[in-house]
Amino acid sequence: MDAIDRQMIDLLHGGFPVEEQPYLAVGRMLGLSEQEVLDRLSGFLAKRTLTRFGPLYDAAKLGGAFTLAAMAVPEDRFDEVAEIVNAFPEVAHNYAREHALNMWFVVGVDRAEKIAEVLGEIEERTGLTVLNMPKEEEYFLELRLPA
Amino acid sequence: MSELARKDREFALDPIDRRIVAATQAGLPLVARPYHRIAQELGLNPDDVMARIRRLVDNGAIRRIGAVPNHYALGWKANGMSVWDVPDEYVDEAGRMVGALDFVSHCYRRPRHLPDWPYNLFAMVHGRSRDEVSDKLARISAILGDWNRSHDVLYSSKILKKTGLRIAGQE
Repeated sequence: MDAIDRQMIDLLHGGFPVEEQPYLAVGRMLGLSEQEVLDRLSGFLAKRTLTRFGPLYDAAKLGGAFTLAAMAVPEDRFDEVAEIVNAFPEVAHNYAREHALNMWFVVGVDRAEKIAEVLGEIEERTGLTVLNMPKEEEYFLELRLPA
Repeated sequence: MSELARKDREFALDPIDRRIVAATQAGLPLVARPYHRIAQELGLNPDDVMARIRRLVDNGAIRRIGAVPNHYALGWKANGMSVWDVPDEYVDEAGRMVGALDFVSHCYRRPRHLPDWPYNLFAMVHGRSRDEVSDKLARISAILGDWNRSHDVLYSSKILKKTGLRIAGQE
């Protein structure tokens, strides 16, 4: 990654223009052509330096509901349980974490009532208790890690 | 109007907005005229698409338009979910202070599950190493002082699934 790449990732953190040729506008700020901006962006996505480029939606505002849930999964059942949990399309992220509560996942649904249904079904299929930890308040100031 | 008040305002997406959300939630097209491309795919007028996207930004349905970096690829390999047991009467003030730290990406209040889970404040802390994360946790401890009754940090050891949220498509 060169200096322009870093500058570009920093600049593209937010505020991408909503106009006819936005990549051209970004290129002007960086001294790059429109095509160079597009090529570098494609490269970042192909190499997974960026996981995504585009609008970041606040899913709760789109009418959905979300929660974070945690389970204490016995080590010898970990893979089997991960497979059951991941098979739910409502499970968006699932992380193994180093703790007695070793599986943490985010459930996203289009109607709030479905959260309890999905968590209940996960409990039924795994035979394990799911702790529901919905956010009650958000103290949000988005991170800008220097590239 | 404050940022929070603006973002909490109720608004409704119409079916055309929802189609735009569905068409863009995986990303913007990497072509010279991305909004025109979206308009073309959806059979809409490009100016209308751009006006609607600007409105989604204004009412907070779009948090931002831009790049989502892969923290691991950028060298931020240690990702610790720090969790704190803060007395209920102080947790909002504590959350605002912790959430304002530049190395905290997300900060939330969540319910306790006693007796196993006493923690009500969650703060995601990123660093290039676990030592760096530990130093940052020490700073949070110092800020919280007596409000920190106990805390823990849970490092992620593996991503088991990461598909992102897909809401608008689930009609």
